[in-house]
Amino acid sequence: MVRAVVPREESFTSPLRHERLTARLGTWLGACFAICFLTGLYSHWYYLPDASLVPPTRPVWGYRLTQGLHVLTGIAAIPLLLAKLWSVYPKLFARVPWRDVRALALHSVERASILVLVAASCFQLVVGLANSAQWYPWSFSFRAAHYAGAWIAIGALVVHVAVKLPVIRRAYAGPVDEQAPTEAGTPAPGPRRRTLLRATLLASGVAVLLNAGQTVPWLRRVSVLAVRTGEGPQGVPINRSAAAAGVTETAVDPGWTLTVVGRRGEVVLSRDDLRSMEQRTERLPIACVEGWSASGEWTGVRLSEVLDRADVPADADLRVVSLQTRGSFGTTVLPASFARDDLTLLALGLAGEELDLDHGYPCRLIAPNRPGVMQTKWLTRIEAV
Amino acid sequence: MAHVDDTAVAADRGSVVVRALLLLAGLAASAYGVVLLLRQDVADLLDSLLWMVGAAVAHDAVVAPVTIVVTLVLLRVVPATWRTAVTVGLLVLVTVTATAVPVLGRFGARSDNPTLLDRDYTSGWLVLAALCLAVVVVVRVVGGRGRRPRGSEEGVGEEPG
Repeated sequence: MVRAVVPREESFTSPLRHERLTARLGTWLGACFAICFLTGLYSHWYYLPDASLVPPTRPVWGYRLTQGLHVLTGIAAIPLLLAKLWSVYPKLFARVPWRDVRALALHSVERASILVLVAASCFQLVVGLANSAQWYPWSFSFRAAHYAGAWIAIGALVVHVAVKLPVIRRAYAGPVDEQAPTEAGTPAPGPRRRTLLRATLLASGVAVLLNAGQTVPWLRRVSVLAVRTGEGPQGVPINRSAAAAGVTETAVDPGWTLTVVGRRGEVVLSRDDLRSMEQRTERLPIACVEGWSASGEWTGVRLSEVLDRADVPADADLRVVSLQTRGSFGTTVLPASFARDDLTLLALGLAGEELDLDHGYPCRLIAPNRPGVMQTKWLTRIEAV
Repeated sequence: MAHVDDTAVAADRGSVVVRALLLLAGLAASAYGVVLLLRQDVADLLDSLLWMVGAAVAHDAVVAPVTIVVTLVLLRVVPATWRTAVTVGLLVLVTVTATAVPVLGRFGARSDNPTLLDRDYTSGWLVLAALCLAVVVVVRVVGGRGRRPRGSEEGVGEEPG
């Protein structure tokens, strides 16, 4: 009975499933994966401990662009991956050459490589999509697993291209549809491969449009499925609230001070001390690893002037410590090139107002071209590494 | 072999070299990924493997068969003249909906952060569904008008790749 239920490769008769369609979908999907991989590598660079080579501080909007692209190309890849898997699904039921040992070995290797490719690709998109909406229904570390999965997926993809290169060439030698159906007389009813290809690209485009508003402000009203509108207190969204960080009491303590450790020991600065220094206003984006971003007008003290006051060496990387008692990135390392950048501020205000508690009151770090999670909020201590 | 063009043989050899290099590079990248995966502790490794294999199995055993069954039903229900339009509309709606599962379910919502998942996603999805319905009608009308003369000229010069 079971035998009758399991289909064979030949059970699938639709002429729409064809290498000419698969190859074209694969090209678009491969392009998305390539952009995802490269922008993901760039993002990972920021998270490397003790990197001898430090990411650049310009352009100011660099991480905003690369991480926005990372998440949007990942979203665009979802309709493409679904369509591509649909187009090759019959191969799952291809006959296994049980009798011929050599053919069986080759067949098994190819199936295993496809399993790795499909598993890693689905994993990257599913896990990445959930993470972008701050949904973590798993126990592994997202960053470690997504980074490992990226190398497995991109490697399996390159192997797949190497194996299929002759097929890809053959597929591109002719148009996506043959002219055959019309020669028989009446055209076959229903869609053609070209229709499916274009509809899939349309779906990817629509998915991007409906999400892009979280990083492209003028698309906000269109992006009805974006995780964030881009709105928030003082015009900037929040990732971790003061309540989540466990700082609702310590951050509003009137006795709050910032300790800066330099060559001559500790310099302790109250908020009034920081206020009495020259105040500067810079327009800098918060760009999050989840793919959203928003620009703000930050007001505060230039970090390098505070560092000079405490006699911190100009080439020193800094350890920046938050008051937060819960969650990761309570302590981050700020490379010297970012610490000494003229745009890098210890921000006390945002959008012309006192900094909102959820944005890091009484004082936060804001530097150009950095992931948002490293723009440490609720500062308490800065020291040379 | 004497009749085989020398340039063709050279091109063939070139392609073999390219494929071999791609194969090695891909294997190296994947192997590095596996090493990174194995650096996790055992519990995380098992959980990430479960999600990897689970994602592939969920597609092959659930998503794909359901798609096929729904397609077979639609083939019976939808008139032939509407097939193209319905395919386009459903393809867009279903795959875009797949990208919206986390926001539609609001699984990551947090009471302490009103800036997260701060839209009415159900209404947004209904707008998407309405637009897809509009696409179905437009494709039907445009496709229906263009179908007659298409037989003689289609396929020529399209998608040169």
